[in-house]
Amino acid sequence: MSDLGFDPTLKKKKKAKKPESDVSESPAPAGEIDDMFAGLKKKKKSKKPVDDTTEASASPAADDLTDTFGDLTLKKKKKKSVKSLDAADFDQQLEEAGLEDISQTNDDDNSASTAGGPPYEDLLSRFFGILKKNNPELAGNRSGPKFRIPPPVCQREGSKKTLFANVQEIATVLQRNPEHLIQFLFAELGTSGSIDGEKRLVLKGKFQPKQMESVLRRYILEYVTCKTCKSMNTELKRESANRLHFLSCKACGSTRSVSSIKTGFQAQIGKRKRM
Amino acid sequence: MSTIQNLNAFDPFADTGDSEAQPTNYIHIRIQQRNGRKTLTTVQGVPQEYDLKKILKVLKKDFACNGNIVKDDDLGEVIQLQGDQRTKVSEFLTTQLQLPKKNIKIHGF
Repeated sequence: MSDLGFDPTLKKKKKAKKPESDVSESPAPAGEIDDMFAGLKKKKKSKKPVDDTTEASASPAADDLTDTFGDLTLKKKKKKSVKSLDAADFDQQLEEAGLEDISQTNDDDNSASTAGGPPYEDLLSRFFGILKKNNPELAGNRSGPKFRIPPPVCQREGSKKTLFANVQEIATVLQRNPEHLIQFLFAELGTSGSIDGEKRLVLKGKFQPKQMESVLRRYILEYVTCKTCKSMNTELKRESANRLHFLSCKACGSTRSVSSIKTGFQAQIGKRKRM
Repeated sequence: MSTIQNLNAFDPFADTGDSEAQPTNYIHIRIQQRNGRKTLTTVQGVPQEYDLKKILKVLKKDFACNGNIVKDDDLGEVIQLQGDQRTKVSEFLTTQLQLPKKNIKIHGF
């Protein structure tokens, strides 16, 4: 028992170097839990067969869960690493974990373990490992890299102006020209502004990050997402022949025209127009 | 004969009437920040058949705010109201004037 208890810690060290992958993750913790809390494991096991009985559709959900719990921040990095180094490593790890698991399950709980063969969890993770290796599109990540829009950072500059610090960052994530995004912001918020030396946007008026978020959401809905496949991997092109903006989706290839940004009516504020 | 659906003379490409190809009849409700925490709501593009003066009178009374009508050269007549009345105005337009909700666009934060 003590020998086994030592083993997972070794493995943990090995894993700490590379970003944790969801595939290799599921078998290893099972081993750990085995050693430390036999009772907890039973709970887990009793839960799993429910998944087993409800169709295959439940399995991606389970994978997604481990995915999200795994590491939220490293998501982008992970997706790349999973494809390359994981497959071979995973098999090896699976063997280790599987052997441990089987020996352990025979000792500890004979109620939950299925008759013969490696447990369901291992089979599931193995299946997803192979699936991810051969065609990653089926294994959950349909839209390729996930788009994570950083939350807008708004600071007050003086009493009347707002500094929108990460416009550039957001624009690059959305694959849009910052000019276009800024133009939209001006039109929606009914203000004007300028870009300062560090490429931050200075808006006239007071705006909370929450308000900016809702405006950004509207921008994304109108100028970023593909209406047919809801992918955010799109490109905005301006056709010089008819001076229209076209949104072409890189995922499904569809194209649609988007309306140009119109400021509309601007009420006179402050000084009156000179007659 | 018309009970058989396949034989119905239905042209799938016919104009359904609610096409989105006519963006000219949108009603834009905007908000502008004034000094301090004061705001201004503008309603642009209310259809010609409505009497803006009467609408304004009702709006002013309902929302307990002041307002006026501004004549713009290319956008026609625009209602201006004091304060943030965006949701109230859109509700008024949909319930009292029976304007379709998809024609109303609320701008601003």
